[in-house]
Amino acid sequence: MATTTAVSSNIRAGQLPRYSPVGLLILSLIVTGGLFLVFLLAGMTAAYNVTGAIFFGLVLWVVVTYVASFLVEGSRRAKDRLVTALVCTAFGVALIPLLSLLVTVIARGAERFDGSFFSESMRNVTGVGGGAIHAIVGTVEITLAATVISVPIGLLAAIYLVEYGRGAIARGITFLVDVMTGIPSIVAGLFAYALFILLTGNAAYRSGFGGAVALSLLMIPIVVRSSEEMLKLVPMELREASYALGVPRWLTIGKVVLPTALAGIVTGIMLGIARIIGETAPLLLIAGFTDSMNYNLFNQQMMSLPVYAYTQLTNPGTPTDPFFDRAWTAALVLIAIVLLLNLIARLVARFFAPKLPR
Amino acid sequence: MTASTAPAPRSVRRLGDRVFSGAALTGGLIILVALAAVAIFLVAQSIPAIGASSTDIESSGAYPNFWAYVGPLVFGTIWAALLALLFAVPFSIAIALFISHYAPRRIARALGAVIDLLAAIPSVVYGAWGIFVFAPFVQPFYAFLGSTLGWFPLFAGPVSPTGRTILTAALVLAVMVIPIVTSLSREIFLQTPRLNEEAALALGATRWEMIRMAVLPFGRSGIVAASMLGLGRALGETFAVALVLSPSVIVSAFLLKSENPTTIAANIALQFPDSYGLSVNVLIATGLILFVITFVVNAASRAIVGRRGGGKGI
Repeated sequence: MATTTAVSSNIRAGQLPRYSPVGLLILSLIVTGGLFLVFLLAGMTAAYNVTGAIFFGLVLWVVVTYVASFLVEGSRRAKDRLVTALVCTAFGVALIPLLSLLVTVIARGAERFDGSFFSESMRNVTGVGGGAIHAIVGTVEITLAATVISVPIGLLAAIYLVEYGRGAIARGITFLVDVMTGIPSIVAGLFAYALFILLTGNAAYRSGFGGAVALSLLMIPIVVRSSEEMLKLVPMELREASYALGVPRWLTIGKVVLPTALAGIVTGIMLGIARIIGETAPLLLIAGFTDSMNYNLFNQQMMSLPVYAYTQLTNPGTPTDPFFDRAWTAALVLIAIVLLLNLIARLVARFFAPKLPR
Repeated sequence: MTASTAPAPRSVRRLGDRVFSGAALTGGLIILVALAAVAIFLVAQSIPAIGASSTDIESSGAYPNFWAYVGPLVFGTIWAALLALLFAVPFSIAIALFISHYAPRRIARALGAVIDLLAAIPSVVYGAWGIFVFAPFVQPFYAFLGSTLGWFPLFAGPVSPTGRTILTAALVLAVMVIPIVTSLSREIFLQTPRLNEEAALALGATRWEMIRMAVLPFGRSGIVAASMLGLGRALGETFAVALVLSPSVIVSAFLLKSENPTTIAANIALQFPDSYGLSVNVLIATGLILFVITFVVNAASRAIVGRRGGGKGI
């Protein structure tokens, strides 16, 4: 199977030609593709096995590349090419779930991506129809509340760590922020639940605000970490110039340091929102689920988009299709929001970043 | 306000300064208090459960005490997370190497952002994808594995007809963990001293030999730390498991059977909405155990990073 390489006296003598990796890949895919076509025609497989063809094509590619390189270039280069092939394959394989997921969500979510999905709730809906306006309102309210709680606390803590913090307290806070980053989301939900039943004395207490508290527990460390990084990037010279003009420390932070780092901080906050807006577990526990609209953040169960998708998936009526369709559309809306937030965050970071002297 | 706790006393303390530094300190202290509150509330709510008798734990009353109930859950949690890591770590290292050392410089950043997209997708969407797309996709492979390698204990049959097994859940978890481990490993690989790499290349090393001699030894502790962070994430992940598995509280290491162990987080999510009374406390106690496990894993990973870091930080 080794490709024939003309041994010549030029500088690339004793090496595979430059196009050999790509050429061998195409060749391998053609071979396995043809092989599986034969299987199909011989009646061994019911349908054309695309996955099998690609998989065995890649395996063949890796093997052939190694053998060809071993014969022409020797064992060291062969090993190098083998690893290159494996690393490239790994990256390609990692993209498959992403693509498959996006295609599935868009294809199946498009079914119910219509006006009534964004204008109706699920009240008195048992089959076809209905929408998720109550979940969208819930998600927006809960996320905004979580942001309102997290941003001041997170930002102040970051300012403390960068501008003031020395000694044991600062080290302790840094460590705990790290620990907080790793809190499982469901534990945050349990905490909010335990907190609110203790405060209200009502074991069946559910509210959107509880969900916001749980989410802010997850969002605060993200805000702290990103703001901290951004504040550290502000050059010391700017602060010193401000002090030299007699500006007090708090005004220096407020008028010089924060505006300089603002774009980065906003980016961090938006990435934090993107992270928590898809959280299901805490909201399932403390915000609960309902079929009706609820505008009141502090009273009664409040639906949110992730929980909506979850309940539609796990408690479908008969027939199941309208429920699954709604779940996929909710997933589509959710992914669209998350990707949009990520995109805006990156754009903010790119266009509003101050020109720092490096 | 909190002038007494403000650091670094100065000759002149303006009011604005005192208020501002006090506010900043308060922000930091709220974090301390919040985390302490998490621990205290969870412990307070868990105490009744630890001594609970059999009938309170689940309606069936099949468990003599709390520990008999939580044991299989802990096993399931760690088992699923370790399986996920088994798939995720080699892939993540390869992807990180691809982005840092193989891909063309100009598109490397964009490729990194694409992998980061995997982390942005909500877990409930992963769960739905796992049920409807991934499980049917892998089921034929499981059937094949079960029929050819059934003699190997892990792959013993009968193979689940739906493909919704612990292996599927672990694979979905692996997809969710890959971006985390990848982005950290990538950062570390990029920090490899330029001179070491160039020295290896100048001695005639191939790219792989350069990576093996310069990049991987430099990044070893970083890879361990990144994997442990990924492990922490996989331990606490809820819906990929809750949706994909049809769970039961058992200890079973079989990968392909219909009957699978479940994880703490998934069990809480599934049981909580229908629970009341002491069974809620039992669930909170299992959550506390999950918290402790992830705390230990994360703290260990941070310690490894910290010991190595020396100000470079990740």
